[in-house]
Amino acid sequence: MKVNKELDDSLKRLVLNDSGFVFDPMMGHSFTVNPSGLALLKLMQKQKDIELIKHQILHDFDVSTETLERDVVEFNEQLKRYLK
Amino acid sequence: MLRKEMSQLTIAVTGMNARADNPGSGMAVVRCLREVANFQGKIIGLGYDVLDPGLFQSGLTDAGYLLPYPSSGEQELLGRLQYIQEKEGIDILIPCLDAEILSMIHLQDDIAALGIKMLLPTKDQLQLRNKDRLHQFANEIGVKTPEQITVTNDSFFNDCSKKGWLYPLVVKGQFYDAGIAQNPEQAVALFHKIAAIWGMPILVQKLIEGDEVNLTGLGDGEGKLFGTVMMRKQAITDKGKAWAGITVHDDGLLKEAEKLVQALKWRGPLEVEMMRDSQGHYYLIEINPRFPAWIYLAKANGNNLPWALLEMLQQQPLSVLETPKVGTLFIRYAQDVIVSLANFEAMTMTGERAKQG
Repeated sequence: MKVNKELDDSLKRLVLNDSGFVFDPMMGHSFTVNPSGLALLKLMQKQKDIELIKHQILHDFDVSTETLERDVVEFNEQLKRYLK
Repeated sequence: MLRKEMSQLTIAVTGMNARADNPGSGMAVVRCLREVANFQGKIIGLGYDVLDPGLFQSGLTDAGYLLPYPSSGEQELLGRLQYIQEKEGIDILIPCLDAEILSMIHLQDDIAALGIKMLLPTKDQLQLRNKDRLHQFANEIGVKTPEQITVTNDSFFNDCSKKGWLYPLVVKGQFYDAGIAQNPEQAVALFHKIAAIWGMPILVQKLIEGDEVNLTGLGDGEGKLFGTVMMRKQAITDKGKAWAGITVHDDGLLKEAEKLVQALKWRGPLEVEMMRDSQGHYYLIEINPRFPAWIYLAKANGNNLPWALLEMLQQQPLSVLETPKVGTLFIRYAQDVIVSLANFEAMTMTGERAKQG
């Protein structure tokens, strides 16, 4: 599964700060993410393949596959709302 | 290092009004000029009301003068400018209020004969962006506007929903003023309130849901737009004016603004106000023929457009940037200007600020 084109374009323009502060320079919106959300966003900016992203998260974080699956879906839905 | 003649200019700026819900842009323009390194010239504040704070703020303006209201006629205005010119020796005048731009265009040869330069659009350019003509003009060049209808009778609002005009609707005057009506009662009230001040007809627009995004810049009169700065409103006043905003870079907005400036061959400062809906479509709301009240954000972000205007008039190379920073926020606040009785008396009796006190 791949990140869809529209979301991918929006993700690429996001300015990510290590504090977890995220700014969208086109829409002027800002929001905050926790460390795992930030890691996910950074991966999503570089990598379109969601399976590879999940694989990397499983490697870097102490999280079960089931929890990760659920969190990634939820995170994606939240992102779509913020990047509208 | 500034050339001496730039640093020594005497500049007059109108729009010294600053009511918190809808401030003029004059004081922000003055602030942009005042903060230019090495600027040692004079800045003259021009206003229309004795309570315009910029007339009195000695840290910003070196002198303040009242102008006659536009309804007094253009010869009155010219006579007053002549008087002020004799006292102050103005090099450049920056008009900052929509309602005075047409008079300034009519008088620009006379004002130039006084030795005062201005950067103004032509009368045709100005009128094409009037509210009653903007819709047609924009659509002709492929820029979307909210669907609009001209209304002369308030009975329209009672059954407009059946004709596809669903609430909320935007009710606008042909020259100025607008409000959002949630139902027929509010629409009728707005219709009469606006018509009583600005006359008939009234314009009704479908409300576009989305983000308001604004752009300011300078048109060179040949179709090119310089020094653009884009801003998304973060908070607004009851009148819909920005109370906080953030610089953004929006290619869609820039493209639409460039299309407008190219078609108009706009000369001088402008503000383009657009709505961006959730599908990413842009709808033109307004083109203002002057700097916006948030112009200091442009200066703070590296594009001092009021100074660039002076550079254009003085035929100097422009110092504005092509790509300003994004993510710079402004948050407006209201401040009290303290005025001595001597200054208040002088402004009331003679229309000018006393030199002392």
